[in-house]
Amino acid sequence: MNTPSDVGKQVLGPDDVRRAITRMAHEIIERNRGTADLALVGIQTGGVWVVEALAAEMLRIEAAEKCEPNPIVVGSVDASLYRDDIGMRPVSPGSVSDLTFTVEGVTVVLVDDVLYTGRTVRAAIDAIGDYGRPKAVQLAAIVDRGHRELPIRPDFVGKNLPTSAEESVSVTLNGVTITQGTNT
Amino acid sequence: MSRSLLSITELGETGLRRMLDTSDHMAEVNRRPNPKVPALRGKTVCNVFFEDSTRTRLSFETAAKRLSADTMNFSVSQSSLNKGESLRDTVETIAAMGVDAFVIRHGSSGAPWQIGEWTSISVINAGDGWHAHPTQALLDMYTVRTALNRPISVDGGSFDGLRVAMVGDIKHSRVARSTTEAFKLLGANVTWVSPKTLLPPVHGESVVANLDEVIEDVDVLYLLRMQNERMSEALVPHLREYTARFGLTPERAARIGRHVLVMHPGPMNRGVEMAVDPSELPGSVINQQVTNGIIVRMAVLFELLGSGSGNSLTGNTES
Amino acid sequence: MSIMITNGRLIDQTGERLASVRISDGIIIEIGDQLAPDSDNSGAEDLIDAAGLVISPGFVDLHVHLREPGREEAETIETGSRGAALGGFTAVVAMPNTDPTQDSVGVVEFVRQQGKRAGLCDVYPSGSITMGRKGEQLTPFAELANAGVRLFTDDGNGVQDPQLMRRAYEYASDLGVTMAQHCEVESLTAGAVMHEGSCCSHLGLPGWPSLAEELMVHRDIELVRLTGASAHLLHLSTAGSVGLVRAAKADGLPVTAEATPHHISLTDELLASYSALYKVNPPLRTIEDVMAVREGLRDGTIDAIATDHAPHVSETKEMPLDQAPPGMLGLETALGVALAHLDMPLADVVAAMSWKPAAIAGIADRHGRPIALGEPANLTVIDPGEAWEVVPAALASKSRNTPFIGVPLTGRVKHTILHGDITVRDGKAQK
Repeated sequence: MNTPSDVGKQVLGPDDVRRAITRMAHEIIERNRGTADLALVGIQTGGVWVVEALAAEMLRIEAAEKCEPNPIVVGSVDASLYRDDIGMRPVSPGSVSDLTFTVEGVTVVLVDDVLYTGRTVRAAIDAIGDYGRPKAVQLAAIVDRGHRELPIRPDFVGKNLPTSAEESVSVTLNGVTITQGTNT
Repeated sequence: MSRSLLSITELGETGLRRMLDTSDHMAEVNRRPNPKVPALRGKTVCNVFFEDSTRTRLSFETAAKRLSADTMNFSVSQSSLNKGESLRDTVETIAAMGVDAFVIRHGSSGAPWQIGEWTSISVINAGDGWHAHPTQALLDMYTVRTALNRPISVDGGSFDGLRVAMVGDIKHSRVARSTTEAFKLLGANVTWVSPKTLLPPVHGESVVANLDEVIEDVDVLYLLRMQNERMSEALVPHLREYTARFGLTPERAARIGRHVLVMHPGPMNRGVEMAVDPSELPGSVINQQVTNGIIVRMAVLFELLGSGSGNSLTGNTES
Repeated sequence: MSIMITNGRLIDQTGERLASVRISDGIIIEIGDQLAPDSDNSGAEDLIDAAGLVISPGFVDLHVHLREPGREEAETIETGSRGAALGGFTAVVAMPNTDPTQDSVGVVEFVRQQGKRAGLCDVYPSGSITMGRKGEQLTPFAELANAGVRLFTDDGNGVQDPQLMRRAYEYASDLGVTMAQHCEVESLTAGAVMHEGSCCSHLGLPGWPSLAEELMVHRDIELVRLTGASAHLLHLSTAGSVGLVRAAKADGLPVTAEATPHHISLTDELLASYSALYKVNPPLRTIEDVMAVREGLRDGTIDAIATDHAPHVSETKEMPLDQAPPGMLGLETALGVALAHLDMPLADVVAAMSWKPAAIAGIADRHGRPIALGEPANLTVIDPGEAWEVVPAALASKSRNTPFIGVPLTGRVKHTILHGDITVRDGKAQK
């Protein structure tokens, strides 16, 4: 249960978030030399809006350079059936995996709002693996708050934000807020 | 959520809606070429069936395996119980082998509750006597929700206005009791269609004594199995008469609307309650019921054994 | 050695008074309110202080299953007698559904001797109405009557055949013995595990309809009217049965009736736990039935409280409901349940537990006697106000199937005296 002891402190505003998304969109296109054979897959539920924002930005960038840019392939994955912790997370309603394209031979960019211990990402990689064998998997997160428990590192990061384990971090288009008290 | 699923009454409306939501996840898993997730890896589910039922047992076993759980089967014939090993001994012996959940089917109403007194292991009621069959009710609700595309979840939605007719031997049917209750929890109107001899002695449901009275005014037609034994107990004079008053005959099948869902918990007594080929009925969802059986049982197993009831439900963003 | 019980409140069929009672050689030798201690010359006297307590004639239970011979793992005549004494009973009528059945002089004598040997309670065996309780052939009533049997019943079952029952009543009326009926039309109750009503419908269980009892109550009342025999109706449980007996008595028919402590205190809703501790025949019924049975005891329609004490080994009561045997313990909790649930004068409760059942059992020459000079010293001393709860592990019975766990009880037996012998002292059996 989220029990913050006081109202959160906004550490980044909406403009900061928008600029980070723009930069990450450029980086993804640059690193992958375009958007072909590429798919953005949001980790349910926090990564879904980020995928929408990134995809919109990537399309705008491509459209500025080409007449008919390819649409950005997007999807989402629910990792709750793959978690390794003992009190496993319940499934959220409405967060069913949505991977309508083939994963085989595609570079999947996993997207989440906050990267923390890395366990959800590991579970998401396993989930993707059950759909097929991607050519590569890359990881994008708007905020990296540290405290990794697995050897997972992001390829694209919006902001590095050192936090303590007693804090919780929330990210939206309106900004990034740190609150005292944990989410779990 | 409680550690056991014994009846729809105990599950309640919120629990029922939650199971339907979780079933959507399981349905997605089932659509994959490799319909398997590691969610219950390391857990063991033991089917303890005191009554023969290959179909239900296979459904639970498949559900467990698709969640990567290990399964054990313990089919108890009446004779081994008569040799003096009591129900309690059987349960305690299996518990001592280290299982995480029992799936119990027993011919005596109430047996799963008695078992719950003797063990702290999760118990899933796969049917007790005449009394309850909660997973059947769940798969029935899931089937209707999917077929009618009604958005029912913990956030809302209902079967308001839906007219359901449940036909047949209500008195001896745990399916009738559980499925009727589930329909009503979600707002549907249920009418029982049955001769007085096949109704419970005291109840509060609306009843008609002839299928013709409702057949043109229903959205869901749920047929119950009519067993041969009922004839020898003088509950109906003859099965032929039963079919005439209550069976889905070709004549009646021609009169029901194409949109009407036709359901049956299986196995069917062809020629008795169902006197047409179900594949010829446009609204038959009988096959979907079977498929959905695996899906909802996966949801039940996951919710009881793998979902961490202490965690909050809504979007934790801890990665 | 004599016994002196001092300053008790005596209640018997003649009334109530404060007095002390002196007993010697099994007989009451002195009663008075100012008895001096030690007034007999032998010097030693056993003193029981009954200040604040009630002294009544020893209780008589018309209906107990002692299980011996045949099912000694559940109870024996000795352990049953001990439970009876702890419940304040100085006499019990033993039901004949033993193995072998109490349908011959040999078995009846065996039961009586076992009772005598235990020495805790007078055990009066009943005889069955039909051989082996099969409902086909009448038992030799006269032979058994000569051996001292006064009550005949097929209890466990009712006699289904009206013609056979008519013959039984006719034959018995010559002999001055009483037929007692377990009223249940069995073709209406196949597979039943609880009362047929809204609870059983909800729980998905087959039920005993009230009609199954009432039909046979009606039948036997009419057979009494026809034959002039007397009948005793066992464990009445429905409002309808009480009404039928009330009308029969108003017509002056020689019909008596009994009810159990559980039928005046517990209802069918308890079966929602699916615990076989609550399975009994006739079943626990609705609150309306419970209230009618209480009213029947209050207005005298029902003459006696009889426990239908039915011990069962614990494993059998843990079986699924449809397989578990019906029956509940009753001897040690009878008084506590009766006083907690009956809104009746204490004297009337005592009547229903002592002199009225003694008369029905045909033992009024020795039990349920007035507390007077020269009478046999079969007495019970009770604290009518003591609140307590039953602890199954502390019961004297070999079995543990009491349905009263957690039910507040009022009234406790302190001392029981059988023919001048103290069988229970301060709530503890003396042997």
